[in-house]
Amino acid sequence: MNHDSYPALLLRGILRRCKTIAMVGASPNWVRPSNFAMKYLQLKGYRIIPVNPARAGGEILGERVYGCLADIPEPFPMVDIYRNAEAAGALTDEAIEIAADKGIEVLWMQLGVRNDAAAARAEAAGLTVIMNRCPKIEYGRFSGELGWSGINTGIISARRHAVI
Amino acid sequence: MANDDDTQDDASEDYGIETRAIHAGARPDATTGARSTPIYQTTAYVFEDVDHAASLFNLQTFGYIYSRLTNPTVAVLEERIASLEGGRAAVAAASGHAAQFLAFFSLMEPGDEFVSSRNLYGGSITQFGLSFKRLGWTCHFVDPTEPENFAAALTPNCKAIFIENLANPGGVILDMAAIADIARAHKIPLIVDNTLATPYLCRPFEWGADIVIHSATKFIGGHGNSMGGLVVESGKFDWFASGKFPGLTEPDPAYHGLTFAETFGDFGYTMKTRAVALRDFGPSLSPMNAYLLLQGVETLPLRMARHCDNAQAVAEFLEAHPKVDWVSYAGLESSPYKALAQKYMPRGPGSVFTFGLGGGFDGGVRLVEACELLSHLANVGDTRSLILHPASTTHRQLTDEQRDASGATPDVVRLSIGIETVADIIADLDQALDKV
Repeated sequence: MNHDSYPALLLRGILRRCKTIAMVGASPNWVRPSNFAMKYLQLKGYRIIPVNPARAGGEILGERVYGCLADIPEPFPMVDIYRNAEAAGALTDEAIEIAADKGIEVLWMQLGVRNDAAAARAEAAGLTVIMNRCPKIEYGRFSGELGWSGINTGIISARRHAVI
Repeated sequence: MANDDDTQDDASEDYGIETRAIHAGARPDATTGARSTPIYQTTAYVFEDVDHAASLFNLQTFGYIYSRLTNPTVAVLEERIASLEGGRAAVAAASGHAAQFLAFFSLMEPGDEFVSSRNLYGGSITQFGLSFKRLGWTCHFVDPTEPENFAAALTPNCKAIFIENLANPGGVILDMAAIADIARAHKIPLIVDNTLATPYLCRPFEWGADIVIHSATKFIGGHGNSMGGLVVESGKFDWFASGKFPGLTEPDPAYHGLTFAETFGDFGYTMKTRAVALRDFGPSLSPMNAYLLLQGVETLPLRMARHCDNAQAVAEFLEAHPKVDWVSYAGLESSPYKALAQKYMPRGPGSVFTFGLGGGFDGGVRLVEACELLSHLANVGDTRSLILHPASTTHRQLTDEQRDASGATPDVVRLSIGIETVADIIADLDQALDKV
């Protein structure tokens, strides 16, 4: 799969289907990007389950923090990785191992994070992989909210309702 | 309400520039269905609750707080111009000059420097050379026709290179790609004022520019009725590579330690420019002006094509006129910039150019005063044809040396050719030249 650009249909489909997201590297510090994204996605009706070994057992934005993906006791269709490309490799293998058990369909690596070898392994295991994108920004793009701040959404539509 | 049509794909990357000039950024109003962009003439916006307000102030969610920062009508113009330029994001300002100030404020610390082409709009020379100096920013002006001059003038404190790709007033076209290479080698952004070319004729991001500035007052609005400016970012510049831009790459005390280029990625510069520079200095664009500029930009491609056709015909007429010493229009075979024009703006080199009168300073004054159809005023990029004698007006505040270096010698007359019947424009200039 081409990981330089993703069709709008693919990204929108993921954001429509995957309403529960395990966020690896979620930070309790409100000025960190992961905290921004978590808070925004919560406002949009997503359930975000934070994963952060240093904070396991604690809470971030009202959600219990788990130490690793396998510890999460419920299914989650998407993993969002807020770690660097190297860490994303090991996390990908962790996700592949429990994918069937937890119902993981999508592995998403954050803006600036790209690990093509890990992506190939995940795709071979049947997962859809998105890299170097932010689900908050993509949600804002399809809903039109991103344009409220003068950002080029790349969306043209003569339909009345915002589409996501 | 969600639209559940899973087969719909509305990404605009493949839409043409004429389509984007009309549609980009402007969906029908979600509440009313209004098709033309409504004028949201409001200063402020009601919060859903305290938590929503906090999220907005902290920049954690997208939304409107106060029209000094964002406004729904202004936002449509911002996204429209970002799309036309092929950029990632844009922020509007009350004028081109305000936009230019905001663009630099996000890059510069006191004591910083930058290198600029000396062939600029006279007001920019004054802004850079005098007013910026009082903020502790030093501009080094260079002859831009040799790209190496930019490299030679760069110092370790330089944070940007600035050019007008199609210079006002001289009809000078710069070798943008070569200048972009120099900026890239020094890990600093190339800022291009694309006002006179507009994204219809030239898109500087395609040639390596990192930031584009517009005076939307000119061709973007196009009808001479509204001031406005924009800063557009490409989204491709690596702010972290050099360590030269702590305002973007280090925690910002104005936002409790948020790091703009990290949190907002490829639109971090625009967010910083809006959330700090625009917020703290306040030169925001009014919703009414944004609406008028949006009306104008819908016809940008049609107007620019006609502006270029008319300018070419007028330039050819003037070049053949016995009272005209020279014509500097890059569409003429005689122009040393013809080849650069064909490379960078193949649809035409705009409609603002200069010519020299045998009668010198006095001849220029007599000519502008003898025109009936051409308007004698200090603007460019109007549907109407405009005429100006820079030495007695826009470039009057400059020293003789600065004035001559910027291409506004005493014999120079500047034209901004409009979209009237071209034979009428030529006839008016013909009768006025008879009186010189």
